[in-house]
Amino acid sequence: MHRQLANMKQTLFDQGYLDEQFIQLEELQDDANPNFVEEVVTLYYRDSARLIQNIEQALEKSPLDFSKLECLMHQFKGSSSSIGAKRVKSECTQFKEHCRVGNADGCKRTFQQLKKEYATLRKKVEVYFQFARQIGPVEKACRSK
Amino acid sequence: MEYCNCFESPWPADELLMKYQYISDFFIALAYFSIPLEIIYFVKKSAVFPYRWVLVQFGAFIVLCGATHLINLWTFTMHTRTVAVVMTTAKVLTAVVSCATALLLVHIIPDLLSVKTRELFLKNKAAELDREMGLIRTQEETGRHVRMLTHEIRSTLDRHTILKTTLVELGRTLGLEECALWMPTRTGLELNLSYTLRHQNPVGLTVPIQLPVINQVFKTSRAVKISPISPVARLRPAGQYMPGEVVAVRVPLLHLSNFQIHDWPELSTKRYALMVLMLPSDSARQWHGHELELVEVVADQVAVALSHAAILEESMRARDLLMEQNVALDLARREAETAVRARNDFLAVMNHEMGTPIHATIALSSLLQETELSTEQRLMVETILKSSNLLATLINDVLDLSRLEDGSLQLEIETFNLHSLFREVLNLIKPIAAVKKLYVMLNLSPDLIEHAVGDEKRLMQVLLNVVGNAIKFTKEGGISVLASVAKPDSLRDPRAPDFFPTHSDNHFYLRVESQPLAVKNSGGSGLGLAICKRFVNLMEGHIWIESEGLGRGSTVIFIVKLGIPARLNESKLPFLHKGPGNQVKLIFSGLKVVVMDDNSVGRTVTKGLLVHLGCDVLAVSSGDECVRAVSYEHKAVFLDVSMAAVDSFEVAVRIREKFSKRSDRPFIVALTGNTDRMIKENCRKVGMDGVILKPVLVDKMRSVLSDLLEHGYLVESQ
Repeated sequence: MHRQLANMKQTLFDQGYLDEQFIQLEELQDDANPNFVEEVVTLYYRDSARLIQNIEQALEKSPLDFSKLECLMHQFKGSSSSIGAKRVKSECTQFKEHCRVGNADGCKRTFQQLKKEYATLRKKVEVYFQFARQIGPVEKACRSK
Repeated sequence: MEYCNCFESPWPADELLMKYQYISDFFIALAYFSIPLEIIYFVKKSAVFPYRWVLVQFGAFIVLCGATHLINLWTFTMHTRTVAVVMTTAKVLTAVVSCATALLLVHIIPDLLSVKTRELFLKNKAAELDREMGLIRTQEETGRHVRMLTHEIRSTLDRHTILKTTLVELGRTLGLEECALWMPTRTGLELNLSYTLRHQNPVGLTVPIQLPVINQVFKTSRAVKISPISPVARLRPAGQYMPGEVVAVRVPLLHLSNFQIHDWPELSTKRYALMVLMLPSDSARQWHGHELELVEVVADQVAVALSHAAILEESMRARDLLMEQNVALDLARREAETAVRARNDFLAVMNHEMGTPIHATIALSSLLQETELSTEQRLMVETILKSSNLLATLINDVLDLSRLEDGSLQLEIETFNLHSLFREVLNLIKPIAAVKKLYVMLNLSPDLIEHAVGDEKRLMQVLLNVVGNAIKFTKEGGISVLASVAKPDSLRDPRAPDFFPTHSDNHFYLRVESQPLAVKNSGGSGLGLAICKRFVNLMEGHIWIESEGLGRGSTVIFIVKLGIPARLNESKLPFLHKGPGNQVKLIFSGLKVVVMDDNSVGRTVTKGLLVHLGCDVLAVSSGDECVRAVSYEHKAVFLDVSMAAVDSFEVAVRIREKFSKRSDRPFIVALTGNTDRMIKENCRKVGMDGVILKPVLVDKMRSVLSDLLEHGYLVESQ
């Protein structure tokens, strides 16, 4: 069972959804904080949902307020990098780039992409955590980094 | 006589004849009797006469003859038979003795004759001895002359006197008309007339040395008769008279080097002078053998005397030179002593005079720090304080310098942090480097232990000096400082073949290499290296420079001996880098920190990180909240700099303002995902203690905290 879990995580890494930051988070998980990672991820999704909403609202305005968009995206990027959401982060960077040059279409396009990635990641991570919860604390203790 | 018996008493005509016979016989008898008397008398008188027996015989013969003649006297007249008998007896005896004597004389006379021969022989011998005596006397006289001459010559060690005396004495002894000495010139190609006895102007005359007559004289050590018309002998004013015979002899000119132990000087000398002696003209005198011998002996003596004079001259010169040198050395020594004393006085005075204002500066700067200052002002004051401290150290070290020279400097050995020493040096150098737009790279090898036992202050000085010089003489580019543990094989330095460091458990050798990574370099390596060298030597190390060439800069490498602290847990530093997490948590446990991040995810992550390390974390999301919450209890504040709504710099400034005393203020660290250099600059400007790049690894955070707590600043690597 744990092999399956490990494989799942490895897949996530290989596909570029997650990066080393995720590992770091897992490292911070110990007896004092058994569910640290899950808590952080949950927090992330809550937070980012709000952010996404704001960005969508900002994108609907015209002309686009690029600086505001950039600001929002900056926050989103920060959060994403904090949990190690690699692909999401790269989309954020691209979005910010578009904002900088003032490419409205580019922004919108990237945002769509970003939302897709975001959704995908969320799903995958949820599955992962469900699985992990099933395996239980034994697995967590045995996990070697 | 027989016929006389018949005649009558004959005093008539035959009387006269008879008378004469009578008288003759009488005198004969007298003579005959007197002879033996004489003989006896004289023989008695003489001491030695070997022929006594002969004399007795002869005496007897004579006596008997006399007796016969005496008795004959009576036979002239008529005589009795008795007389005749006596006469006969006497005659018979006489006959016997005479025959005996005659026979004896045959033996005696040759003997007597041989006496005569012997006498002649002895006389000849005596004549011969007389002749020899005459010869010996002459020789002895010659010897006396030579001794006297030698005495005269040797009584002076002055070259001129020697030569003059020689000529004068020779002239006197031999009764010469003219005596001259020709000396070889410096070039050795000519003979120069140097001294004469009577000739009035000796100088100026030269003859080439290669004349056959001169060669002839030089070839032999004997005096040679030369022709009076040869150039060396033409010294007298020409006249009609017959010039006397001339003799020339060579005088070897010996040098000190000619006197080897086994090498008779004759063989090794090359230079000769020529002595020419002329007998008086019109005197028909000839050179005799003994005179020639005299001349030869004198010439040899002159040579010896001259060489002695030369030796004396040289030794006098050497002695004078030595005396001069002594005087000069003495003067130099006194000057050096004066200089040293002056320097020491100067150093003492300077130390004192310069120390006073420096200490005043330091004191006042410290006081200034305690007052209300703006951030910029505070920064300035801190820099002033740091520089003043450095200057004070330098001034103290100037005094050290004089102690260094005396050798009385002692290292202050203690345990210190090697890594932080390097970082501190680098931090001190960085402003200067930045002004010149150079970069400084520090590379500490992994096997370099963190703590070492040694003189931290002096080591820092050496390091500062070396690195400072490197910066000074680099025009473009930068320098790199490599610190590592010196391995035995890498300690080989062509310039220090005697440097054999030994390894033991107690110490290791720190090797530091300062290398210019330069595009352009100016030359030079700085004067301070002399001081460094002394310190390095005190630390039982070695320092040297390697250079690739002109304009390429020089790499300074030094190796010093440092001790290894006994046990790590005995050192005064409780923090460890490596170790299991639990230990670390204990170390950081309870450490109060503040985290400010408006992004909840980021905030949570950072908080979780710090909690994992055991800290007591207060997480805030706004600047105001942060400033409000920060207290003296908190040791560190982590500000996320990438926030949009909040200006973290302002927060930092406000936090700094909140705490007047530096010791109360927590460390302010910026967290940023931005690798832009500007961020770092800005952070530094507002006075933050460090910048960490996000994402932050656990280990990184751990080391950051350790650094902060240990040293108060962060090393800026990666």
